[in-house]
Amino acid sequence: MAYKTDLARVQGLGAAGDGAHHWWMQRISSVALVPLTLLFVFPFGRAVGGGYEALYLTYTNFFHALVAVLFFLVGFWHLAQGAQVVIEDYVPHKPTRIALLMLNTFICGALAVAGTLAVATILFRA
Amino acid sequence: MVQLTLPKNSQIRVGKTWPKPEGAKNLRTFRIYRWDPDDGQNPRVDTYFVDMDDCGPMVLDALIKIKNEIDPTLTFRRSCREGICGSCAMNIDGGNKLACIFGMDEVQGDVRIYPLPHMPVVKDLVPDLTHFYAQHASIMPWLETKSNTPAKEWKQSIEDREKLDGLYECVMCACCSTACPSYWWNGDRYLGPAALLHAYRWIIDSRDEATGERLDDLHDPFKLYRCHTIMNCAKTCPKGLNPAKAIAEIKKKMVERVV
Repeated sequence: MAYKTDLARVQGLGAAGDGAHHWWMQRISSVALVPLTLLFVFPFGRAVGGGYEALYLTYTNFFHALVAVLFFLVGFWHLAQGAQVVIEDYVPHKPTRIALLMLNTFICGALAVAGTLAVATILFRA
Repeated sequence: MVQLTLPKNSQIRVGKTWPKPEGAKNLRTFRIYRWDPDDGQNPRVDTYFVDMDDCGPMVLDALIKIKNEIDPTLTFRRSCREGICGSCAMNIDGGNKLACIFGMDEVQGDVRIYPLPHMPVVKDLVPDLTHFYAQHASIMPWLETKSNTPAKEWKQSIEDREKLDGLYECVMCACCSTACPSYWWNGDRYLGPAALLHAYRWIIDSRDEATGERLDDLHDPFKLYRCHTIMNCAKTCPKGLNPAKAIAEIKKKMVERVV
């Protein structure tokens, strides 16, 4: 129990001067994902049904490869932003929170790069 | 993770059933949360029966009747009994309401009454609102000016005054903040819908000269950005206000500064 005034307790360390950028980037990535998801899901769905050959044919096409890479980069960026908010909301234990926030960045970053490399491998092998 | 179950000493037990009033034909059952900080017992839910033929229409009427005629130890806050002071905010039938302006005819079956959710309880239906009031104080709920004080009043056009409608009516009853899951989980840092609605009321006041400082003070991932437009605040507000919209307007102003 610390002898602090109620106001001092509320003010804490003061405003971080941060948050607006994250919020705005979340909106931008959401808007970008609307066309990207549509453009990615349909060719991908068709290709998955047709096996390896169909996938190879789809992603040796530059446009489909570009959409797929953008979808992975923006999608996992958006996932990282969203998961960060969820972690901040629900994990009050500070060390766990910091560990999870780091893990979130690492995993989403790795998945975005993995997706990009997968598409690039197909495209540049052609 | 967030704690979803109550700690052992907060688990609610079945309480006392108080005798029915004699000769009453039109009885209504009230199940009311009771907790006394002095007896070391767990909280309990007591059952009371009120004669509706001899009681006013609002939940507060029944509470006052119970306190006067059945159980004088029942503790709750009330003052104006007309929705202006915000004292009698409590959780009635699962929603945060002002007991004085919430009619019992709006409740089906037993009337269940609990204190405002997720706040420390002082006794029975009285929550500790110290932190809530300090959050309100932290947004500087007054006119901030730097120019020399005018000889008469600070002038405001009719159009600018109209921008405060839907904001100035807030009575700080805490129904909205205590209905907000974000406030439950992060209420120590998140200012909550009530304080943010008041913050916006001063941000858009045309006479105020501290708009930038006010936005600076809110520019924080926790103070402001814990709002995820869940909208419980707007749904529960007994005055029909929309704090979520006010918060969205603050977020728009934040982006306006950089875009």
